[in-house]
Amino acid sequence: METRKFRRVYVWELPVRVFHWINAFSITILAITGFIIADPPAIMSNAEASDSYWFGTVRFIHFATAYVFFFNMILRVYWSFVGNKFSSWRAFWPFSKKMWRNFLHVIKVDVFLANEKKPDIRDISIGHNSVAAFSYAILFVLALVQVFTGFGLYSATSSWWLPNLFSWVVPFLGGDFIVRTIHHTSTWLFILFTLIHVYLVFYHDWLEGRGEVSSMFGGYKFVCDERLKKIEEEEEIEEPVDEEELETLE
Amino acid sequence: MAIEKSVKETYYESIIKQGYSRRDFMKFATYIAAYMGLETSMIGQVAKSLENTYRIPVIWEHYQECTCCSESFIRSDHPIVSDIILDKISLDYTLTLMAASGHQAEAAKQATMEKYKGEYILCVEGSVPLGDDGNYCCIAGRSAKDLLVEAAEGAKAIIAWGSCASNGCVQAAYPNPTEATPIHKIIKNKPIIRVPGCPPIGEVMAGIIVHMITFGRLPELDGLGRPKAFYSKRVHDSCYRRPYYDAGLFAETFDDQNAKEGYCLYKVGCRGPMTYNSCGTIKWNNGVSYPIQSGHGCIGCSEEDFWDNGPFYKRLTGLAGFGIESTADTIGKVAAGVVAGGLAVHAVAANISKRKELRSRTTRGKQNEKKLDS
Repeated sequence: METRKFRRVYVWELPVRVFHWINAFSITILAITGFIIADPPAIMSNAEASDSYWFGTVRFIHFATAYVFFFNMILRVYWSFVGNKFSSWRAFWPFSKKMWRNFLHVIKVDVFLANEKKPDIRDISIGHNSVAAFSYAILFVLALVQVFTGFGLYSATSSWWLPNLFSWVVPFLGGDFIVRTIHHTSTWLFILFTLIHVYLVFYHDWLEGRGEVSSMFGGYKFVCDERLKKIEEEEEIEEPVDEEELETLE
Repeated sequence: MAIEKSVKETYYESIIKQGYSRRDFMKFATYIAAYMGLETSMIGQVAKSLENTYRIPVIWEHYQECTCCSESFIRSDHPIVSDIILDKISLDYTLTLMAASGHQAEAAKQATMEKYKGEYILCVEGSVPLGDDGNYCCIAGRSAKDLLVEAAEGAKAIIAWGSCASNGCVQAAYPNPTEATPIHKIIKNKPIIRVPGCPPIGEVMAGIIVHMITFGRLPELDGLGRPKAFYSKRVHDSCYRRPYYDAGLFAETFDDQNAKEGYCLYKVGCRGPMTYNSCGTIKWNNGVSYPIQSGHGCIGCSEEDFWDNGPFYKRLTGLAGFGIESTADTIGKVAAGVVAGGLAVHAVAANISKRKELRSRTTRGKQNEKKLDS
């Protein structure tokens, strides 16, 4: 087995990481409060209604978090125009020739678990692989569905112009019934996405050992030395890390 | 009847002629202004309009319907509403209430359509079947669609009374064998007011007519063509049980203690949170009650496809194509289970398929561990 040298590469910039965790946090809160709103737990209580407001509070949390989710998403869209190439909007549309090749590679090697006789180091993506990127594009569409249906349902009770921008959604789709059903069903798609997403992060971390999990905390991934341009001034880049001899550098 | 009413008279003149006093008239003006959501300063304008406006002829068509809209209307709280505004003064043609029948009735309608071309209001109760050349609903030997197109031609505006005319209601429920179609999908070139509800509230119906008389134009409509004054709020938003909702106090079944306490009916399928109507404020039968007040959840009768959005006593609606009792949650749980199972299988398969790669990495890692300095 050949010995490979790895270098730390800054892949996920701070805004991307912050977006990721706010997004994960707000989706979790929205899903939990959403399910409570859809089917509140049975409480037998002698309390007067005037003494209690917990269901109203749950709904408030849902609506407040929805705003967080929404503005967070707006900032991420902005960042996709000014951030590095891994966060660019271009990374999420896998139909350039190069990305399509990677798409097929990932399907073959990571989904159907085929082993390649001569693995090409360049098939390992540094940022998102094409399949993952495409799944995030779909998630973005799904998030838009939630934003439109959610604010559409909410707009009738709000006097602010922002939710009222979406007041056409309910008449457009034909009524609250269908809008609510879409909103509720899409939540399940988020849950399915989360299951697959978390699994695949662990999968890549386990099989490739490049810091897939930790990259969303620190921002760094380990990339093979041979994938970097050779630069003479070694000071400018970090010392290479030898996978086999990691300990000797300490 | 209609033919005899050729002498023009104002609403006020007709009302007085019918034996009501000036005081009755003013009470009516106040009452209807309140229902229309107008300020008290506008009462004068309502009264003035009724004094000076000549009656607007009304043709009231009945197609695929159960006449509950007419029933609701003639049971409207104030006698002037049913007695005067429509029945005795304006209604030139309605199968149910008019004295004439057969050829006489049809002649009255034709006369009105010719004489008041472009002026009369066409009220439509019921949906129009388009299946089998419209043969499922024929009046005087002609199909409903034929009659509607003819009557709409010279109408100033069309009012689609009730869920049948607005949304299709029960006859348009899946599989809609007669292809029952709401009015706005057939007539495209006339202003249409949709007044959904099965039936709509009588006061709402009267309010719309009086609005058109008073202001000479359609009431302000929302995105679905419904008058904003009556359909801008969900039943839920004006429900007197709303505090129980916010407090999270719900009836679990119709016979539990919570139901007896009058808690919110949200969990037994109340459609109030999804239904736009005035039931919570105007109520029914002279303001006596409305479904939720009587202990039964709202079934959402003024919403599109409410018959297909069952079951009425469950919170979630069934998803089309997955069987009527399947809810999104059941499908979601099954899908999540399948995905989780698939991922577990994938994880095992990955470790088997990639075992060489993993073994060499583990070996190298262990060798490095032995070489550790301290």
